[in-house]
Amino acid sequence: MVPVNDYVALSAVLFTIGALGVLIRRNPLIVFMSVELMLNAANLAFVAFSSVFQTFNGQIFVFFVIAVAAAEVAVGLALLVEIFKSKKNINIDDLNSLKG
Amino acid sequence: MEFLLQPLTFLTFFPLLGALVILFMNAEWKNAIRWVALITSLLTFGISLWVLSQFNASNPNLQLEAKYAWITVAGWNIYYYLAVDGLSVLIVLLTAFLTPLSILSTWTAVEDRVKDFMIFFLLLEVGMLGVFLAQDLFLFYIFWEFTLVPMYFLIGLWGGPNRVYAAVKFFLYTMAGSILMLIAILFLGIKTGTFNVPDMLAALPALYASGVIDPRTQMWLFIAFAAAFAIKVPMWPLHSWLPDAHVEAPTAGSVILAGVLLKMGTYGFLRFNMQLFPNATVAAAPWIALLATIGIIYGAAVSYAQTDVKKLVAYSSVSHLGFVMLGLFALNPEGVAGAILQMVNHGLSTGALFLLIGMIYEQTHTREMKVYGGLWKITPIFGTIMLIASLSSMGLPGLNGFVGEFTILLGAFGSKAIGNPWFAGVSAIGVIMAAVYILYMFQKMFLGPAGEITQHHQLKDLNWREIATVAPLIICMFWIGLYPAPFFNILAPAVEKILSALPL
Amino acid sequence: MHLSETVSSGFFFLAPWLVFAPVVGLLINLIFSKRFKFSENTIGAVASAASGAAFIVSILLAYSISANHGEMARWRLAEWIHIGALNIDWTFRVDSLSATMALIVSGVGTLIHIYAIGYMREDVRFKHGEERYARFFIYLNLFIAMMMILVSGDSYMMLFVGWEGVGLCSFLLIGFWFEMDTLGRPSWANSNAGNKAFITNRVGDFGFLIAGFLTFWYLGSFQFDQVFAAAPAIAASAPWVIVAITLFMLVGVAGKSAQIPLYVWLPDAMAGPTPVSALIHAATMVTAGVYLVTRSAPLFTLVPQAQYIVAMVGAVTALFAATIAVGQYDIKKVLAYSTISQLGFMVAAVGSGAYVAGMFHLMTHAFFKALLFLSAGSVILGMERGHHHLAHHKPSSPTLPPKGEGSSLSSRERAKVREKTNHSEEVFDPGDMRNMGGLRKTMPVTFWLYIFGTLALMGIFPFAGFWSKDEILLDASLHYPGVYWLLTIAAFFTAFYMGRQIWMVFFGEARTEVAAHAQESPKVMTVPLMALAALSLLGGAFNLPFDGFHNLGHWLSYTIGEAEALPLNLTVAGISTLLALAAIFISWLIYGRNPLKAGQIDPLKRPLGFVFTGMENKWFVDEIYFALIINPFKRISQFLADVIDWRFWHDFVHETVIAGAYNWISKIALNRYADQQGINAFGNWLGDATQWASANLRKIQNGFVRSYALSVMLGVVVILGYLIFK
Repeated sequence: MVPVNDYVALSAVLFTIGALGVLIRRNPLIVFMSVELMLNAANLAFVAFSSVFQTFNGQIFVFFVIAVAAAEVAVGLALLVEIFKSKKNINIDDLNSLKG
Repeated sequence: MEFLLQPLTFLTFFPLLGALVILFMNAEWKNAIRWVALITSLLTFGISLWVLSQFNASNPNLQLEAKYAWITVAGWNIYYYLAVDGLSVLIVLLTAFLTPLSILSTWTAVEDRVKDFMIFFLLLEVGMLGVFLAQDLFLFYIFWEFTLVPMYFLIGLWGGPNRVYAAVKFFLYTMAGSILMLIAILFLGIKTGTFNVPDMLAALPALYASGVIDPRTQMWLFIAFAAAFAIKVPMWPLHSWLPDAHVEAPTAGSVILAGVLLKMGTYGFLRFNMQLFPNATVAAAPWIALLATIGIIYGAAVSYAQTDVKKLVAYSSVSHLGFVMLGLFALNPEGVAGAILQMVNHGLSTGALFLLIGMIYEQTHTREMKVYGGLWKITPIFGTIMLIASLSSMGLPGLNGFVGEFTILLGAFGSKAIGNPWFAGVSAIGVIMAAVYILYMFQKMFLGPAGEITQHHQLKDLNWREIATVAPLIICMFWIGLYPAPFFNILAPAVEKILSALPL
Repeated sequence: MHLSETVSSGFFFLAPWLVFAPVVGLLINLIFSKRFKFSENTIGAVASAASGAAFIVSILLAYSISANHGEMARWRLAEWIHIGALNIDWTFRVDSLSATMALIVSGVGTLIHIYAIGYMREDVRFKHGEERYARFFIYLNLFIAMMMILVSGDSYMMLFVGWEGVGLCSFLLIGFWFEMDTLGRPSWANSNAGNKAFITNRVGDFGFLIAGFLTFWYLGSFQFDQVFAAAPAIAASAPWVIVAITLFMLVGVAGKSAQIPLYVWLPDAMAGPTPVSALIHAATMVTAGVYLVTRSAPLFTLVPQAQYIVAMVGAVTALFAATIAVGQYDIKKVLAYSTISQLGFMVAAVGSGAYVAGMFHLMTHAFFKALLFLSAGSVILGMERGHHHLAHHKPSSPTLPPKGEGSSLSSRERAKVREKTNHSEEVFDPGDMRNMGGLRKTMPVTFWLYIFGTLALMGIFPFAGFWSKDEILLDASLHYPGVYWLLTIAAFFTAFYMGRQIWMVFFGEARTEVAAHAQESPKVMTVPLMALAALSLLGGAFNLPFDGFHNLGHWLSYTIGEAEALPLNLTVAGISTLLALAAIFISWLIYGRNPLKAGQIDPLKRPLGFVFTGMENKWFVDEIYFALIINPFKRISQFLADVIDWRFWHDFVHETVIAGAYNWISKIALNRYADQQGINAFGNWLGDATQWASANLRKIQNGFVRSYALSVMLGVVVILGYLIFK
């Protein structure tokens, strides 16, 4: 039986990688993948604790997260396609029209 | 589906169906729209008769319940709860009965925006039925306020020259009272944890007994409810909106206003004030009786001085509704049952008077009594029907008005709650005064030599449609006058029940 | 008193047909007369048959009672109002009293129906309202039905239904020619008279209602027998209750039976067609009050104080009205005041506890007063015929025909006639006795009929009135001497004004051309009168003051208990007969010896001066009522309506104070001061501050999602750090 600490550690590592990916990478697709990574890091933690405490709450949340993630990616990709259509460019550094 | 097939839900929302059908019709198809509206309201009346056939008169409790939890978060037990008992079934019938007649009366009188008119009218019926059937204060309040909207438009769009003023006044005046009631409803809902009236009735005695709601608070709650209802009745001195609204409203609006909307006030007293606040009811009875008596005399005196026939009938409503209030707060079976019957009677007789006045107004476009005169000679059928309606309104024995007025006065005369016979004695003078103003009206319009209008207009007697509009009312006047037993049989158990809960 | 609920034998099951028969008649005429174009005779025949059927039912009921030795019976038709302690049914009560009333009402009523067939045929033609012929008979039948409900109801409330119902019929029939006055000119007069009758009666009904409420709450019921059974106990413990009940009842009696102070409607009621005056305003409806007191005898007997007041009201009314009758010129007005006076006799009788005498006089009065009114109607129609005759044959006659009459005249000719006659003469009044004179020659049958009625009314032996009036006087003399003397003087006046009328109408020379051309009435009118004349002569036989002949007294004793049957008292009878003869002689001295000439003023006017002016003007009672009650009421209601309700309450309080205050608060106080100078100023400052802050803070917002994400991340780190290291 793998101790729960290992899961949490793996989850933390994955989350950090994801977070750094979001902050550093310029390609929106990669950013999305990093977001997924963060979400799945959270999922991992949920499942781990769910098995430790022998409750279903964690697993239910995981399903929610998966559903939300899927929806989020769908919306995000649609947005990307639209942005690409209008700007012919999807470099994140150029997308600053929400500037105050 | 099961939800919609509850008899009362079906009854209440059936007119909505007609309104929806009309919504999708071309506004130019005026006759088709009228027919749809008429048939819808007739079917609604049919449904109400079916409800009556399902109704068990000997059972004093709420029946045919349609009850669903509606908003039950955070301890707010709000229900969708319709039910009927002996107190309300007659008024429900009256509502469903008067609506088709009113629609029939607009056949030629309303030519402008028929579609909108009919939609508003049917919506109004939904609201009125809901008011009389709702057994949850929250739901009741929604229906109560909802009736204002179509009526506001009926007066404001199809009324007389001063219609906008009258409509706004009607709306604001009624609204002002309702706000107080809303506060009281919320207070009760929070204290008892439910908005459902039967549950509330079960919870309240403990609250009263333990002093959580002390007698002072109970009285304030009573007054808050009474404010809303008294304006609607209208009790003297809160009647100022009534003549404006009646004079400006189109005929069908006046009929519904006098016939049904005013009854919402007296019904409110009966259903809510008397049940929810028993101690305050008993304590307030003499004061209400005082106001009612003043209203009876005052309304009758002011009626007599009017020159506009519609205004005369409007003020006579102040007097008649004074009788109803006097009977309700006699708090004995004679008075209360008489008062409920008198609500129906007033709907019939005043409804008939407004319909008839509307019919002659359509031809002459004036309501000044002095330009008429001698009408009976040229329009014998019209005169005869008007005479019967007038006699019913002034309480001639053998017609419906007498049965109501007599039982009310009898009840009030010996009422323990009112405590002395003087109010009834003085109110009986109102019976004399009713004869004075009604006969004055009848004489100025129908008797005597031909007046200006009568001479110069080619006035026509009633046609078949118009006779069909008033004939049902006339038949009911005789029926209730001669054989009111079926009505009293429906009322008696419920009245006994409501009175037995009062600390008399 | 018999309380048996059902009697096996007899015709009691017919009781509801007392009411149904006339109702069927009226429905037939109402529904079919127009559609099938009934002739006038058919309409009249249907109505008379309906009334006759009620008469036959009355006879059968009376027979059943006597066959059952006076046993009364009830016939419950349906329940009416049952709520709480209140139980009222549509129950018919058949006892000797109600049967007597039913017999009088339907008997006299039927005769008058028949008479009206002829009378109305001419009346509708004179007034140009042929389409109203059926309506008249519908009303008459309705009246009979209502009267039957009144007399045969088994409770005060059923009685009240008839009580108000007959009031309605009276209103409808007084205002039958609602668009004109009695002379056929366009006017409000007739409809005013109708309203006056209805409203005055309603004042009486108010008293009745209050009496009813007291009865219900103290005696526990409306049903006669239950009330009477409960009364003695209450009379012992709280006598004021019974006094109050009886006195409020008296108010009702005063309204319906035209007693002081509510008699004022009856003279005006003569605006109705003459059969109406005879049937409703003389023979039947106005006696309802007497019936009510007789019916309530067990209550009145308990409280002598109230009885005395009732007797006094009756006696004073009898005398007061008799004096007014002396000063009247209209043939029907004289009879109207005579009716009030005679009703006073009856009320005085029942007030003195002489119920049999009261009922007896009610019966004989119904005979002879109906006879007098119908004969007067015959006189008036005779005059109208004469007038019509003149209008046709002499277009230049000095009198102007009533409007619309004399179709042979073109409008231009009529205008000429009017021009010519305007200055000298008004519209001809066929009912004014000053226009009559010498009619015994032109209308002999009517003359003799009138004489019969007059002698009966004067109380001359052996006419019916002699016996009944004498019995009243005798009873009064035993109980209340004051009442007795008032009535005796009234009897003197009665003979005097009737003598005056006879001399003025039938003797002397015709004072107008119209009177000279008056024509006798047809048989359909005179034959019913002959029947009434016979009854006026022989009606006394119903209750002769000799042992074994107290038939009516014995008959009524089934219902109101055994009364002392008084023998004939020669002193009382002698005094009244002598006074009557003296009055006739005096009237002959004044009016008979030197008949009135055309245009001559009344010979009594000079010697009596202002007293006669008072009599002529009905002692100004109407004017006093106008000044004290009606005008103040109008002014008060006008004041309430215009000043209090509209200008003060509607305009000032609602428009100026409430709406104005709201406007002031929202527009001035809140908008100008609070909003613009308070909240607005604060808002402006807030806006400035925000602008400054945003100008600086916007630099953080660089539009790069990444930098926002970084901020979020840093925030998370800070929060986590805080949570870990706190």
